[in-house]
Parts: sequence; C-alpha cells; structure tokens
Amino acid sequence: MTKYTFKDFKSDQEVRWCPGCGDHAVLAALQRALPAICEETGTEKENLVVVSGIGCSSRLPYYMDTYGFHSIHGRATAISTGIKVANPGLAVWQACGDGDALAIGGNHFIHAVRRNVDINIILFNNRIYGLTKGQYSPTSKLGAITKTSPYGTVEPPFNPGSLVLGAKGTFFARSLDSELKLNEEIMLEAARHKGTSVMEMLVNCVIFNDGAHSVISDRATRADRTIILRHGEKMIFGKDRNKGLVLDGLRLKVVTIGEDGVTEDDILTHDAHSDNLGLHTMLADMKYPEYPVALGIIRSVEAESYDAAVERQVEEVTAKSGIRCVDDLLRSGTVWEVK
Amino acid sequence: MQHKVIDAKDVVIRFAGDSGDGMQLTGSLFADMSAIYGNELSTFPDYPAEIRAPHGTVSGVSGFQVHFGSDKVTTPGDFCDLLVAMNPAALKTNAKWLKRTAMVLIDEDTFDEAGLKRAGFATDDPITELKIEDRTIVFAPITTLTEESLKDSGLDLKTVHKCKNMFTLGMASFIYSRPIEYIHGYLERKFGRKHPELVEPNKKVVSDGYNYAANIQAIPNTYTIAPAHLKKGLYRNITGNQAIAWGFLAASEKSGRPLFCGSYPITPATGILEELAIHKYLGAKTVQAEDEIAGVCTAIGAAYAGDLAVTTTSGPGLSLKSEALGLAVMTELPLVVVDVQRAGPSTGIPTKTEQTDLNQVLYGRNGECPMAVIAAHSPAHCFDAAFMASKIALEHMMPVSLLSEGFLGNGSEPWCIPSMKDYPEIRPPYATAADSPFRPFERNSETMVRKWAFPGEKGLEHRVGGLEKNHAGVLSSDPATHELMVKERALKVARLADIIPELEVDGSLSGKLLVVGWGGTLGHILSAVHQVREMGREVSYAHFDYINPLPKNTEEILSGFDRILVCELNSGHFADWLRARCPGHAYLQCNKVQGQPFLVQELVEAIEKAL
Repeated sequence: MTKYTFKDFKSDQEVRWCPGCGDHAVLAALQRALPAICEETGTEKENLVVVSGIGCSSRLPYYMDTYGFHSIHGRATAISTGIKVANPGLAVWQACGDGDALAIGGNHFIHAVRRNVDINIILFNNRIYGLTKGQYSPTSKLGAITKTSPYGTVEPPFNPGSLVLGAKGTFFARSLDSELKLNEEIMLEAARHKGTSVMEMLVNCVIFNDGAHSVISDRATRADRTIILRHGEKMIFGKDRNKGLVLDGLRLKVVTIGEDGVTEDDILTHDAHSDNLGLHTMLADMKYPEYPVALGIIRSVEAESYDAAVERQVEEVTAKSGIRCVDDLLRSGTVWEVK
Repeated sequence: MQHKVIDAKDVVIRFAGDSGDGMQLTGSLFADMSAIYGNELSTFPDYPAEIRAPHGTVSGVSGFQVHFGSDKVTTPGDFCDLLVAMNPAALKTNAKWLKRTAMVLIDEDTFDEAGLKRAGFATDDPITELKIEDRTIVFAPITTLTEESLKDSGLDLKTVHKCKNMFTLGMASFIYSRPIEYIHGYLERKFGRKHPELVEPNKKVVSDGYNYAANIQAIPNTYTIAPAHLKKGLYRNITGNQAIAWGFLAASEKSGRPLFCGSYPITPATGILEELAIHKYLGAKTVQAEDEIAGVCTAIGAAYAGDLAVTTTSGPGLSLKSEALGLAVMTELPLVVVDVQRAGPSTGIPTKTEQTDLNQVLYGRNGECPMAVIAAHSPAHCFDAAFMASKIALEHMMPVSLLSEGFLGNGSEPWCIPSMKDYPEIRPPYATAADSPFRPFERNSETMVRKWAFPGEKGLEHRVGGLEKNHAGVLSSDPATHELMVKERALKVARLADIIPELEVDGSLSGKLLVVGWGGTLGHILSAVHQVREMGREVSYAHFDYINPLPKNTEEILSGFDRILVCELNSGHFADWLRARCPGHAYLQCNKVQGQPFLVQELVEAIEKAL
C-alpha cells in the first residue's frame, strides 16, 4: 500500500478558477483528504477516477493527478454510474455544480441516488451559472436578480438535501467552502460509505454571486447561524454553545440551554445512521433565520449499493447456469440438424 | 369432395387478428415448425403500436407473415397464399395482400353485424365489398368450435377464447401437411411448469383444428412443401434483435472485454436489452437507464473503465444520444450504438420499418464528427454485423453506428449455427507500462488509432473529455492543433476502408444497370434482380454492409455501369451519400417511405423502368 501526501494528487495543470472562488478550497480539502482516504480504504491512486460534467467546478479533474473524465453538461452522474458498474473496484469521485447536477442533469442525479450507486458526488452549490457568466440556477433564491432574471426569479429553488432525501438517499452532508477541516472529515466519511454520497458544498462565486452564502458564512455570525451535526453528539450550536434543537410536537425548535428550564439533556442527539428519514429531512430543510442551517453529515445509512447488487446478481446466475460460453449459448434451446 | 395434394415450391401465410388474438405467437410457432421440418423461411411481424387497440377495429389488427419453401427464401413474400382472418377488421386490412389463387380462412363467428360495423364494412357482404369473390373463402365457426372443444375443460370462457389461435394453427397445419407434434411439444414446454392445467386443453384444440380441417369438405387442396437443400449443420431460428445481442456476447468473449449495455426501452430495439439481460451468466452487465442519454453515457463510462460498451435504441432515442456520441468521438472510446430504425420523424409509426435514420447517423452531431456506420442485412446477419461493429470499435478506438431495422429486429430466419473458433480475434490497442507518462491521443501513424489505458493501471493516469486537446491530452484551443485533431479523427474513420471487406457484385462487373441497396432490403432487391434476369434482361446488384467508410473499390465498381439505381426505404439518403462520395455517375432512385418493406414486384418494375 503506497503512502500518499496531498501533493501526489496535484496535477501539473494551472488552476484557472477566479481568485477568491470557493472551488479552490474544496479542491484543497479533497487533495488533503485523499491520503487518509486511500490509506483507510486501501485504495491505490490508479484506482481513483474523478468525473465531472460542465461548469466551473467541473474543471476539477484536470487539477487532480488521477484518472479523470471531464464529460458533458449534466451527464457526469451517468458516466460515473457506468464506470462504477463496469469496475466496482474503482473509487469514483464526481464534481458537479448546481446547474449541472440539478437542472440539465437532474434526472441522472435523482436516479443515481435512488439506485444507491457507490459514487462520491461533490455538489458545488454557488446558486448561479458561473461559466456562462451569471444566469440563475435551480438553487438561486426566489427573486434573485441575475442576467436572465433582471426583475427577479419567479421560481422557488431546490434544496439539494430535500431532493436527496426525497429520493431516499443513503448519505447527505452539507458544508461551507471555507470549513476545510470539516470538509476533510465529510469526504473521509463519504469514501467509507458504500452508496451514493452527496456532499453539498456551499461555495461562493466572487464574480457573479458574491456573498452567495454570506448570511450564514460570515465568520462573525457563523456559529449562531449554522449547526455542525456529528453522529452521536448533541445538536448544540452558537457562539456560546448554549443553543440547541429539540422536538416540539412534529417540528424542530431552537431552545436556549439554561432558559425556561431547558437543560443539555433535553437537546436532541444526532443519529445520522437512523433509518428514519423524517428527522433527517427536517434537519436538511432548516433555514436561517428560523433555524440554524445544518452542516456536517446529516444522513449516513447502510444499504446495498447498486454496483454491488449488479455484481452479486451476475455471480448468482453464473453459478446456476449451464451455459459457459457463446458456443454453448448458440446451441441452447430449440436447434435442429440438417444432414 | 376429395381434396388434392399438391407439391408447392413455396408458400406465404399471413395470420391476422385482433392485437390480443395471439397472432404473433401463432405465426412464430408455424415458422418454427417449418424450420424444424427443414424449409427455408423468412418472417415478418406487422403489428400496431397499441398493445390492445379497440377490439375489432382496423387499427388493432396484428399480423404475422411466414414465407417458407423448398428453395431459397429471401423475403417474407409480397402476397399470401393463405390469409387467416380472425375477425372482419383483419380481413379488411389484409385483403390487399391476397394472391389471385389465395385461400382465406375466416372465423365466421366474428362476422356478425356488430363485427362488420366495427371494421367499417358498409354492407353485410364483406367478400363482395372487398372484391375477393374469386378467392377460395373458407368460413369456419372457429370461436364456437373452440368453445365446443373445451366445454369439458373447466376453463373459463375468457381463457377458452384465448385458445382460438391454436385452432387455426391446427387447421393451417393440416392444409400445409405439417406434423403437429412440434406444437404439442412447445405447449408442454411453455405451460408445463407454471400452468400445467393449460397444456392438455391447448393440445386438444390444435388437434381438433387439424381434424376439423381434414373432415370438412371446404378445403379443396392441401400442400406439401419439401425440405430445402440447406447446407449441412446445426440450425436454429433467430431474430435480428437476438442476433445483435448474441453478436455482442461473442465479441466480448473474443476480446476478453466484459460486455456492458446501457439502454432505455424503445420499440423496436427493446428486444436487444431484454435478451442481454438474460445472459448475465456470460458476464454481461445491463443497466436499464433512466433515459436514452443515461443509456449512452453509462456506456461511455463503462468504455472508459475498460468494457466492451454498447447502447441500443431506435431513431428518437438516437436523437437524444447525439451529444454524447460526440463525446465518444472526441474521447476516442470504443462504443457500439445500435439503431433499430422505425418510421419517423418524431414518434412516427413505432412498430413499422424504415431506413430513414441513415442521414441521422451520418450527420446528426455537432462539429466535425464522423462516425463509422455499418448496416445489417438480414436477421441472422445481425450477429456478424454486431461482432464486426464491436471489433472495429475496440481495435480502432471509436464509436461505431450499427443500423438495423424493425423488419430485421423482429423478423427471423433459420441460421446455420457458427462456431466461435471461426471468428477472428479482437485485439484492442492496449497501452503498456512503457507508455508512461501516458499521452492519450498519440496515434498510430497508419491507422490513426490511439492507445487504450483504463483506470486501475499504474502510471497511465490521464484525463479525457469533451474539450479539444493536443496529443498529450492537454486542453488546447490553438487553431492549428484543433484543425489537426479534426483531420486525424476523420482520417481514422476513413482509414477503416483498408480493413473492411471490398464490395461484391451479384452479376456482371459491367453493364447498363447496377442496382444498389443497403441494410434489410437485401432479400427483396436480390429476389427482384434475379426475377428480372430470369426474364432475360441483364442487371447486376451490389449491396453495402459498410456505409462509412464505403468499401475501397466502390468507385471502381460503380464505374463499370451506365446507370446506378439506388433502392432504399427513405427519400434517398444513401443515393445522396454516393453522389457526394462518388460523383459523376448517373444515379437513379427507387424510394418508398410507407413504414413497410419493399414488395419484390415494385422493385421489378423499378428495375425494368431503369433498364
């Protein structure tokens, strides 16, 4: 097993994202997470494939010194599926944007999640089309003013988390571009997870949508406006670590520890491995200002992956079949001899 | 009346009824029985897109034509000797296919006032109305007789009525002196395990139908059709769709590359995906994708990972795959895309056959994007065509279009089973450790073929994609590099002419007229050419299996003739292709765009006119 450092995953290509773009940080997190990922999952570098669609973030494979496929707009998920089914021994990572994965490629995205193909999807969400220079995307906020919505959009956005969980996804995590440490942690868990791991990275676009996530990402208020969920830990957040989440009937509620008789024991403990989609969906749906926005791994449950099931079925029917080669096949069923 | 027994050279039977009457099964059973008996044969299923169209209407008529004989049979036949009409609508739609000497077998129980009205007859005398009084019309109360036959079976009336087709099969077996043991055996295999209660009733109905036909005095003649003088060997019946699937399995075995099929169900290509899904035990992986685009994209992913990747579709699906095919051309990955053509444009007439996608496969992509194009010419030839398409894709690192047609996909013929040892090896141009650091688009200077390295191989890490790049695989928008890469990709396709078989001519190598065809029209055109020759006129025929590139000797062959008559089931796609590639010849066209195969008769007329 080769020991790698982050430099082993850097290609000789010049990184061409705009200075200040959030994508730089996500790339850095991936390159820094990979040595540990390779070590833990026993993956040699030549078994890593990075796939992408079209868009700013989809340039990522060129910056990785691994096998890579920069495909066409929206189709990365289908190509990843083909690669993984053909050779389940490969570790497939995918980079795609909000327009790429959720608009033109929305169909492939939900079906990969539904099938639970063992691929790791990093969804770069900057709520804008960057490479085509500033049109609204399926995650742009209602009313967003962009080049194609000069009077504001009149369509509500997707919440990628709800979409993944609606398709009964087995792994969903969310983070901010600048949360380098957390992102490495998430990527390691995603690599461990056997199934479709969707990592929504909220990235800033300095040129066309600057401050895309500033409401929650500003350092001064981030601790109060986000909550980092970790499996087995209390859902506590805030600068003073005194706020928490409880269930109030069928809804989540933000409470303050020490007020109204609330103690730490009352606060919910995060169970990412629970099969119950209800609470995970509520957590993924939380919006500021009513709630803190949930970061970290919201859901990670075990289920057989599609590629493993395909492989298993091939093995099962092969064991039972008397047809071993094409010559056998050609002579099977109704045949007759002309003498 | 004592019936006469006549020796016939060949016979065409058309079974027609409601789309729920089981006519496809009846026809294919009769075909199988004839094949095993040793006849040459060709079949043509002609059915509506609706699974169950309104009962008794002309839009719901499903037909299956079987042509069998003691000599070479190359087409399903233009006109029929026997029409089995299970209802008035079936008679109405198919009366035009009757030979002057034909016999019509009618279920008279369905020819009541309501039935005639549903079929749109104006009078209560459909025979006169259709002007077929001179044919031999046999009215038999098939529904009543089937009910009578099964009155003690304990089956409900709905199930009893589903056995009507077996009664007609029994009658047809008598008329053409077919032994019914094969049908009995089939019924035992089909129902024996899951529905044993259906075996005996169905066998009884077949026998009763046979005996009924033997006992009534209405059938003037019966026929014997001697076995054909077929090449010695082991035979089976095969449809085009099945043959394509098996051709891919054969190429997978020969190349050592696992088979991957990413497809989306579409008429009339679905049979290929269904067939491959069965044969997982030969290592085939099938992904029924969420859409046509995902079908081709999963296949492209599998090709990048090192599989023999295929995607199967029909015209509308191919339109959806266009952008991804450009990606396969650009990344120079092996891929076979099958288009089982149907009548278009748009949804068109899904179950009817045409050759109207040729322009689409030749031109239907953005940018300079040539692809190799191969066309299958008969149901059994689909096996070889799929094998060769795979061999070219894998050895020349390119996507290949394989054209089939609804007529071939669903049609069948007996096939002398080949041995895999007689097929050529397939040797993809693998990169080796010596190629590190890998320059993915460095080429063989003769064939223009790049090397193939796939994930898992140490030291050969590289990136591919849809953007223009140089030989090293580094992105480049440099004008000269772009033009060079465009030319090299085109040259790679053009150089296939060095390895594909040369064009062959049936008849003299020079003369007044060369008839030209491609794809599934081979049988019809060849029959027509031979008929014209038997009439004492000289005419030659050349059939193209390889369309892009054209065989190397195409110009030389065409130059031997005063006129070239291009026959195809579209408005002239191949004629235009030849005009562009081999200009200066006197091209004539014979075209038909009706969702139906050519009739030999209309080809004969076109050839005579061109002479």
